[in-house]
Amino acid sequence: MSKLLVSPSPHIHSKDSTRSLMLDVVIALLPAVLCSFVFYGWREILVMAVSVCSCLLLEWAITRYMLRKPSTLGDLSAVVTGILLALNLPYTTPWWVVVIGAVVAIGVAKMTFGGLGQNIWNPALVGRVFLLVSFPTYMTTWSAPQGLFGADAVTGATPLGAINEGLMGGASVKDIMAQNGYDYGQMLFANLGGSAGEACAIALLLGFVYLCCRRVIKPWITLTIFATVALTALIFWGVNPDRFTGPVFNLLTGGLILGACFMATDYVTSPMSLWGGVIFGVGIGFLTMMIRYFGSYPEGVSFAILIMNSFVPLLNRAFHQKKFGRK
Amino acid sequence: MSRSTFSIGGVHPHDNKLSRDCRIEVLPPAPTVFLAMSQHIGAPAKPVVAVGDKVKVGQVVAEPGGFVSAFIHSSVSGTVKSIGPRKDLAGNPVNCIEIAVEGDEWLEGIDTSDKLVTEIPSDNKAIIEKIRLAGVVGLGGATFPTHVKLSPPPGSKCERVIINGCECEPYLTSDYRVLLEKGEQVVVGAAILSQVMGNVPCTIAIEENKPEAIAHVSEVIAKLGYKGIEVMVMKMRYPQGSEKQLIDAVMHRQVGSGALPISVGAVVQNVGTALAVYDAVQKNKPLIDNTLSVTGECFPRQANLLVRVGTPFQYIIDFLGGMPKEAAKVISGGPMMGKAVSNLEAATLKGTSALLFLTEKQTRRAPESACIRCGKCADACPMGLEPFLLQKLSRIADTEALEANAAQDCIECGCCLYSCPAHIPLLDIIRTGKGLALGAIRARAAAAKAAAEAAKAAEAAKPSVIPSEAKESKK
Amino acid sequence: MTNTIIWTIAIITVLGLLLALVLYLVAKKFKVEEDPRIDEVEKVMPGANCGGCGFAGCRAFAEAAVKAPDLDGHFCPVGGNDVMAKVAAILGYEVKAKAPQVAVVRCNGTCANRPVVNEYDGFASCKVKAALYSGDTACSFGCLGCGDCVAACQFGALSMDPETGLPVVDESKCTACGACVKACPKRIIELRPKGPRGMRESVRCVNQDKGPAARKACAAACIGCGICVKTCTHDAIVLENNVAYIDPAKCKLCRECEAMCPTGAIHGVNFPKPLDKEAVKARINERKKKAAEAKESDKKEAAHE
Repeated sequence: MSKLLVSPSPHIHSKDSTRSLMLDVVIALLPAVLCSFVFYGWREILVMAVSVCSCLLLEWAITRYMLRKPSTLGDLSAVVTGILLALNLPYTTPWWVVVIGAVVAIGVAKMTFGGLGQNIWNPALVGRVFLLVSFPTYMTTWSAPQGLFGADAVTGATPLGAINEGLMGGASVKDIMAQNGYDYGQMLFANLGGSAGEACAIALLLGFVYLCCRRVIKPWITLTIFATVALTALIFWGVNPDRFTGPVFNLLTGGLILGACFMATDYVTSPMSLWGGVIFGVGIGFLTMMIRYFGSYPEGVSFAILIMNSFVPLLNRAFHQKKFGRK
Repeated sequence: MSRSTFSIGGVHPHDNKLSRDCRIEVLPPAPTVFLAMSQHIGAPAKPVVAVGDKVKVGQVVAEPGGFVSAFIHSSVSGTVKSIGPRKDLAGNPVNCIEIAVEGDEWLEGIDTSDKLVTEIPSDNKAIIEKIRLAGVVGLGGATFPTHVKLSPPPGSKCERVIINGCECEPYLTSDYRVLLEKGEQVVVGAAILSQVMGNVPCTIAIEENKPEAIAHVSEVIAKLGYKGIEVMVMKMRYPQGSEKQLIDAVMHRQVGSGALPISVGAVVQNVGTALAVYDAVQKNKPLIDNTLSVTGECFPRQANLLVRVGTPFQYIIDFLGGMPKEAAKVISGGPMMGKAVSNLEAATLKGTSALLFLTEKQTRRAPESACIRCGKCADACPMGLEPFLLQKLSRIADTEALEANAAQDCIECGCCLYSCPAHIPLLDIIRTGKGLALGAIRARAAAAKAAAEAAKAAEAAKPSVIPSEAKESKK
Repeated sequence: MTNTIIWTIAIITVLGLLLALVLYLVAKKFKVEEDPRIDEVEKVMPGANCGGCGFAGCRAFAEAAVKAPDLDGHFCPVGGNDVMAKVAAILGYEVKAKAPQVAVVRCNGTCANRPVVNEYDGFASCKVKAALYSGDTACSFGCLGCGDCVAACQFGALSMDPETGLPVVDESKCTACGACVKACPKRIIELRPKGPRGMRESVRCVNQDKGPAARKACAAACIGCGICVKTCTHDAIVLENNVAYIDPAKCKLCRECEAMCPTGAIHGVNFPKPLDKEAVKARINERKKKAAEAKESDKKEAAHE
């Protein structure tokens, strides 16, 4: 007779694994990735390839030579970080800047804390913010899309950047919008220049719906961010439409959808409880708008998410699930 | 019909009721049976027979060893061959009575006919005594002596009897077959239980994946004309059959931490228990057999068997064609809460509900990886606990924090481990933490009791000298 | 530019001084008066904070030792007699020297000795495994092999031998703190006196099953036959619950029990020469013969008289 296996109950397991969850995130990101390829062409493919490969290589090297642990590449979390980092950069970013971003994302933000599950801040965002602060030229001069086989690009500014500049120059929001020919329909379906991931809002939302349907993430963090951004913008815009941009504009620009759907909902760096998540979302939405309206950086999503990431341990401590049969 | 379910957590494993269409077969008695003295929660029973004694089916072979304990009856007729420790399914020695089977001679007074007896005796005390003498214990898994459950502490009042026919564990079909084939007896058993608890209404809770059972039992209730008994259709969700969750689902009341179901006016009994109660009260038949599902994808012959208590697992397996090669794990019970069998020579107990065979692929655990803080364990926990936190606290054995985070409330349903994508053995670890928290609570209760008794003794020794001090020490 | 640098340095210096003053005042105000001997005792302690003495750590031990009227019941197993002598000197107490101890694993159920019949597939902890079932072999008393003792040892004195599946004690590192004894759910590890030059004799089995069952489960099990009890001329071995136990206080290290044990459950360690079973058996036979002869001659003498 062969040996009988013995283990404590339960004896069966759901099909979920870290790998399957991460794979779902990759699948959810595919539409946005494809859109970015179509809009930005081969240079975006290069950025994506460099980003994903350097993330994987770094994680492998660190686990192998520094932590001396079995490889964690199989959980695909490095792939997700690589894709998100690439989507957070303009397609014109030189390859070596992408590599530096990957080093900061994986090497500093993730592995320093002990790898997957231990990091306090979202690795891809830390990478992006590091680059934003260190190489502002590459990160803020955006080029209009050139298409997969398009001609040379025209350098321009992101909508939020243009508004910021225009406002400093004394123009009103309405004038700047008219001057640049911004159109919400275009924002929703096709990009206006900016991070690669902002290429198509619909593609991102499609991925978000997929993740919710697969029960990989719960929608409340994303929805509260949207609601808070819309509400805050509505109030300020209502008070002074010349000085402040409106809710729809703010929802569709500056990587808000990418951040709210894929970065703020990162398991490791978001609260687990419902109310913790709601406060987290409100915080991100509000901070984003404050940075956009009153800060010197035109976009605020990355900073807002990183700041709220820092509060996650506290939120997890403060909010608990309702326990059965207890008050 | 409304579809109820409990309010927090839960998981949805595939139900895999492979043996649902297999009629209950009667397994002929094994050549030798082994009656364990610990088949119930509480004190082990004490043997009242000696080696060499001749026993008949239904004869008492062991009496209760305490208040929470139960009678054990011979499930076969034959000669007592030995009394002594024998390895149970986990390989730990348990006192057993070994009986060599000779023929099948039943004790006089046991009604072995199939005739349905619907007339219920009116004396409730006599009914409870009959249940006690028949050695009936809860067959839903906990094997708590039924007569103790039916005698609630003074001051508490039962408002509803719930018959648990959820069978939310995947694979198991024995309760389902009993409901289909012995629905009448179960309903009469339910009527007896509701009469004993003071003519309270009774709910038979059945999950929606058993429509035939729902229809059959509803029909039986209508036919027999019981007004107070109703069938409630439950949504399919694990662990619906857990006592606290079922009360929440049926009555929308939550039993507090450490409290008994009676504290919210509920008494829950399993379908198998209701049948055993019927047998005991109407037929004078003690609990000597129960229905077992023998199932699993790799097992060639699915079956529901009526098995005498004390039948060795190996005998059952051989009867159905032997151990399949692919089977890597044998489980006594369901896949979520059942116990892995390490010793096939062990015998069935009163509470054994199934023998499940799983393949290596189905059951081998994946290697543990890092927690990604997804919170799926907390979402799945039907008690609203936070397994990710409890496992951390259990690893460092922080008893105080474990108690503060309600580790003692864990019902060990396995939902956390089932749903963890990082394959962290959450429940394995939390069980040790639950033990620590419960230990601390019990130690405190014992200390408080001792202090109270000491204060009482002191008061009795020197009455009215300094009563204020005595009161203080009581605290 | 220079101005800014000077200002910066000045402000930071002043700030630092101010904060230092605050810290000083706070430390002064909230200073707890303690017996200075506690610090002294703590200084001579090993500082491992292992809890082997029964207190939470070295400082807790020092506090308790200073408060106690004598040093009975206070012993640092890690520091041993040297440290205790120092502690006694500081506190002015007398201390009795204790024989140095070492952890001994009382199971010899190696993979070769115990056929494995089950495979564990749960959390790798002896505690969890012990709560679940009796183990992967037919022996329900033996080592479970998940290494709770190794994890409990703070001194790196224990390791699992992958070949035997049993823990191995590194005598040079073992401090006899007893952490492994507490960690083992099967109560297999015992603290025994190290013995002269490390030589000691012990039964490496705790199986309480009756002979045949024990033997079936493990080739090296103590089967409770009692031959060692009969062989021992120093009255050092007792047989209880089918297991023999050698009292280290009475054992004279003659190794006769070891030579006579039919299953090899008795082990002697650190002896200068390997055990020559035949020689010892011959010696025992010789003695028996002599005893028989003496008895017979006694009888004859008695008959003569």
